[in-house]
Amino acid sequence: MTLKVVVVGAGVVGAACAYHAASAGLDVTVVDRGPVGAGTTSRGEGNVLLSDKEPGPELALAHLSRTLWDEAGRELGPDSLELEPKGGLVVASTAESLTALGEFAARQEAAGVRVEPVESVRDLEPHLAPGIPGGIHYPQDAQVQPVLAAAALLRAAVRHGARFRTGEVSGAVTARDGGRITGVRTAAGDVLPADAVVNAAGTWGGEVGRRLGAPVEVLPRRGFVLVTEPLPPMVRHKVYSADYVANVASSDAGLETSCVVEGTRGGTILIGASRERVGFDTTMNTAVVARLAAQACRLFPFLRGVHLMRAYRGFRPYCPDHLPVVGPDPRVPGVVHACGHEGAGIGLAPATGALVTAHLLGRPWRGADPAAHTGLLPDRFLAPEVRPSE
Amino acid sequence: MNEPADLVVVGAGPAGLAATATALSGGLRVVLVDSGTTVGGQYWRHPPEHARAAIATGDLHHGLRTYRALCRALAAHRAAGRLDLLLGHHAWSAVREGDGFAVHAVDRRDAPRETTVVLRAPRLLVATGAYDRQLPFPGWDLPGVLTAGGLQALLKGGGVAAGSRVALGGTGPFLLPVAAGLAARGVEVVAVCEAAHPRAWLRHPVPLLRNPGKWAEGAGYAATLARHRVPVRPRTAIVAAEGGARVSAVRIASLAPDGSPRPGTERRVEVDAVGVGWGFTPQLDLLVPLGCALTESADGNAVAAVDADQRTTVPGLYTAGETCGVGGAALAVNEGRLAARSVLADSGTDPAPANRPPTALRSAVARQRAFARAMALAHPVPPAWPEWLTDGTVVCRCEEVTAGAVRAARADGAHDHRQVKQLTRAGMGWCQGRMCGPAVHCLTARGRAYEPAERLVATPVTLGALADLDEGPQTPQTPQSPRAAQSPRAAQAQQAPTDNGHTDKECS
Repeated sequence: MTLKVVVVGAGVVGAACAYHAASAGLDVTVVDRGPVGAGTTSRGEGNVLLSDKEPGPELALAHLSRTLWDEAGRELGPDSLELEPKGGLVVASTAESLTALGEFAARQEAAGVRVEPVESVRDLEPHLAPGIPGGIHYPQDAQVQPVLAAAALLRAAVRHGARFRTGEVSGAVTARDGGRITGVRTAAGDVLPADAVVNAAGTWGGEVGRRLGAPVEVLPRRGFVLVTEPLPPMVRHKVYSADYVANVASSDAGLETSCVVEGTRGGTILIGASRERVGFDTTMNTAVVARLAAQACRLFPFLRGVHLMRAYRGFRPYCPDHLPVVGPDPRVPGVVHACGHEGAGIGLAPATGALVTAHLLGRPWRGADPAAHTGLLPDRFLAPEVRPSE
Repeated sequence: MNEPADLVVVGAGPAGLAATATALSGGLRVVLVDSGTTVGGQYWRHPPEHARAAIATGDLHHGLRTYRALCRALAAHRAAGRLDLLLGHHAWSAVREGDGFAVHAVDRRDAPRETTVVLRAPRLLVATGAYDRQLPFPGWDLPGVLTAGGLQALLKGGGVAAGSRVALGGTGPFLLPVAAGLAARGVEVVAVCEAAHPRAWLRHPVPLLRNPGKWAEGAGYAATLARHRVPVRPRTAIVAAEGGARVSAVRIASLAPDGSPRPGTERRVEVDAVGVGWGFTPQLDLLVPLGCALTESADGNAVAAVDADQRTTVPGLYTAGETCGVGGAALAVNEGRLAARSVLADSGTDPAPANRPPTALRSAVARQRAFARAMALAHPVPPAWPEWLTDGTVVCRCEEVTAGAVRAARADGAHDHRQVKQLTRAGMGWCQGRMCGPAVHCLTARGRAYEPAERLVATPVTLGALADLDEGPQTPQTPQSPRAAQSPRAAQAQQAPTDNGHTDKECS
């Protein structure tokens, strides 16, 4: 009998889960209250990064994901994703930060990341400010256009037999004996039969987990991204200052910004991203926008004369330990989490989809071996005093 | 003005001018900011001061007596130090700050140099008006095809006629003054193609009878157009424009009641300029990010929801004029006055007794709103307009996205302009969907009101100016540049009232 899987969420992670699960022959239904990629996916920059990750469970997932993005590009066509293997350039503004960056890169290299120290950063990026003591080039860093990528993955899933339904999941239907999932209920009153439910609801993953009886703590972290007027190519790589590496893993409540600057195919330059813990507060913060602009202008002085055309903000979903939660929830058999990717959800999506599929199949899938990614399991949050809420 | 302001007004068109004058007469200190180089907005647009004597624009205007009275009132309060008039300032964001508001603007009087200023007050009144609603058609992106409002702005602002043989098209009474203004300057107006039928007005007799002034205005245009033998052709449309380097001809067709071209009626007319307008789209960019609730207007636009006295759903935030529904200048003036009275009441200040009592204002607003509603219902976007488009017709000019691409996105499940944007880039370019947004909406979600995309940056601003905002706190203690070193109010106070030419003289 084919395993029936309901994927909650049609963002890039949900689409990747559907794509891999449907490719593996599972019976897949994707449910979202909105269209594909309309939530956090549409507010991302499309980072597929190894450079910002320290050795550990997330880097292992990122490594696999980088390979799977290439595979997806080959299967779906690189243009359908706007996949660009442009490489990343992390620059240090001082001699001390260059030393720290060098040590960080050496540990990454030991974990299998390709790193290339650069003495003259302006050989790679001619428009960088003078006087930058050096940096590291990460040739594996890449970029996709997030909504196009999510739409392409979902279309491919549908070609493999998956269905996409509009609706909001309101709860789980479980068997009387053992509490195993037998379906999900929608707000419209329908019941979708399911042997497994994948919680790929991104920033809303905490709420969906609660509705399924398997709560996980997923919190929003606000980020602004700036978009400039379209220009001829001026920035070739993803360029960011070494401070970003420190910020990604930070749990500081206040504002942090360290900008990532990169060009896009449309000619615009993206400048991201700030990180603020302000809940789901959607208000504009002009101080954050000004700070990002100032940092970008310090990296690339020519930007001073370039117009900001647009700013947008999104809510990056993060778990308290800043690692995604991917894997089956022992409290409700059949619930598999795939959320909490913070600012790395686009990059980590294919590997998350493959890993979820491997958990569903009970065997490795496309290089994803559940035994190799135990650090992402929800079990890490389930200390004895933590009980599922009723 | 050295005291803190009680109110910031954004927009110095009819609504903003009227609101400012009423608030000043009630004793408030006001900062009035506008991107233009003179006050008046689009409706009372005038040539630059030094050229006014040479360019006659009197026949293009209505309500100049009101305009001059408002200008005189502003000039007196400015001289008394109670009004900061900041022209050439573009507001790019308005945010809540503490118990009040901060309006972020860039001073572009010394363009291309940009200097950021922050205007703070406990209350904010947004009167940012509207701009032409455009519906694409084959050839609309040719040079020489303008908006009707663009043609009018060239006439009012510089006495410039954009062509010598002009066709006008679209819908709504606004086409008539544009045609009359052009004809009076010797332009051959070959046709005014009005998509609606005048009979549609007869369904709303009460608002018509209660607004006789509008009829008199319309009769004036009709007389001018008859004198110059300008044909006004109801239920026709410019369905295509042709040309090489610029437009050389239009195709005009009769329309069936649903707006589809009647087969066999199409004819080609040679022109050297075209003006098209399908009503207006309110400029809500500053209001939406503040969380102001929207409501549906009869013309298919989402507009700011206001109470009977022009308060938005955000405490301390008021709006007047086209932002709460397109209805023309006379209505905007009354709404501006009403909004300012609410500001005065909410500030605990009694409005000056010389002003019209609010009941009279309210009933005037209600009467004029009813007229605006009748006008909107009589001049809808033709339901079959998308039939005029080929798959190759460009819809988003900035990103060169075609109608075919928009239709493909819709077939892919995109059911509003935001999703189409994500899939096709329509609306991601320089204008950020201000031009193509209503059209993409009509192609994907007709039947619902058009809600513009949220734009956190209301006008492009250089990253350098923003960087200075971060690096240079604008206090006298840490000067960055002569202007930024002071608060904008302090900077303004040091200027003689006439030093930038923006004085009461400009109203003459």
